[in-house]
Amino acid sequence: MKAPSFAYAKARSLAEAFALLERPGARILAGGQSLIPSLNMRLAAPELLIDIGALPLRQILTTQSGLRIGALATHAELEKSREVGERVPLLAEAAKHVAHPAIRNRGTLGGSLALADPAAEYPAVVLALNATLILQSAKAERKVAAQDFFKGLFETDLRPGEILAAVEFPRAERSVFLELARRRGDYAIIGLAGAANGSGKRIAFLGAGATPVLALNASRESELAQAQKALERDLQPPADLYHSSATKLHLARVLLSRAWNTLSTSR
Amino acid sequence: MEHALDITLTVNGTQVTRRVAPRVHLVDFLRDELGLTGSHIGCEHGVCGACTVRVNGEIVRGCLMLAVQADGCRVETVEGLSDSRELARLQQAFHEHNALQCGFCTPGMLMAAQDLLSRKATFTREQIREHISGNYCRCTGYQAIVDAIEEAMGADEGGHAHG
Repeated sequence: MKAPSFAYAKARSLAEAFALLERPGARILAGGQSLIPSLNMRLAAPELLIDIGALPLRQILTTQSGLRIGALATHAELEKSREVGERVPLLAEAAKHVAHPAIRNRGTLGGSLALADPAAEYPAVVLALNATLILQSAKAERKVAAQDFFKGLFETDLRPGEILAAVEFPRAERSVFLELARRRGDYAIIGLAGAANGSGKRIAFLGAGATPVLALNASRESELAQAQKALERDLQPPADLYHSSATKLHLARVLLSRAWNTLSTSR
Repeated sequence: MEHALDITLTVNGTQVTRRVAPRVHLVDFLRDELGLTGSHIGCEHGVCGACTVRVNGEIVRGCLMLAVQADGCRVETVEGLSDSRELARLQQAFHEHNALQCGFCTPGMLMAAQDLLSRKATFTREQIREHISGNYCRCTGYQAIVDAIEEAMGADEGGHAHG
């Protein structure tokens, strides 16, 4: 189908983007790889699209604790970046699972997080690392921990007038990203993003609920069998067209077993 | 804030200026405004890849980019790459292997495959399949397409002959 009619403005500066955001029915356009299909399918009908693609928000900066990555960094850039590969390999690994090459060339880190699709890769990654999301408005900047950012299905802590500007990723000693999909690049049936420091693990699942889900009970266990058992208290995955909730829980346990040795400390 | 904007972009080496409505995506623009109907419109929501074009050297989904976003960009379509003979080897391999299936996906397949070939490395069949996974449509198999890409890659300068 064809998108409905809307106005378009290309923001030349963040200040201009904030001013435009005041207008009724305004929406931010970043890479557009989720927004434009939803326009084409007429699931969204904004009055004004504010294209922030030209704003200087795509830098990958090394920080003391890890990396600060601008919201407009594309999946392809994250996949190829040496800094990301070395300092936040979980993110680099996850980027390879996002859709297909042509989509990875345009889709962005910030766009994926701000949309908060529970089957998407990055929400689970930032949750596992408990990364910090930097939300800017015309007046102020807020820092929100990933575990406080996802509020519900496609719902986040972003307030009207705010733009997700960057994400601060801490380093982790060990990490692993795994995803099951029917074909490469398809929506995940279920996926796992895990990070560990010392004996502490944080294991998050995608495709397992209305938001990315932190498996707190499983993360606390030190033996795989107990962790797999505990997973039923962490996840009540919604069934999709092909997989029942029980199948998804089973597959989550399979991923947990595959990730377990990497996340556990060596004895 | 306007409902029609003037854009200037380079398409297959030629600079064009047109007034477009923001809702028009790049492939509709290329097909309807410029008559470049080589890029196909399949699903219009980023699933089939038949609309794959190159923008500033990188492949993108033409249906997931607005024409106004291409203002100032360098756009290349299957017609441009065909005329410049960049696709010649790949086209020959597709021809020899009858790698068409229904043919609707072919322009996008060529664009995606050329993206891989331009990296001047050798890829396994698995990696080729992964790279064209965004161009799967409603046929199945894609064996002959993978065969053709593999052969074109082997014939590539700097690549390795196989078999």
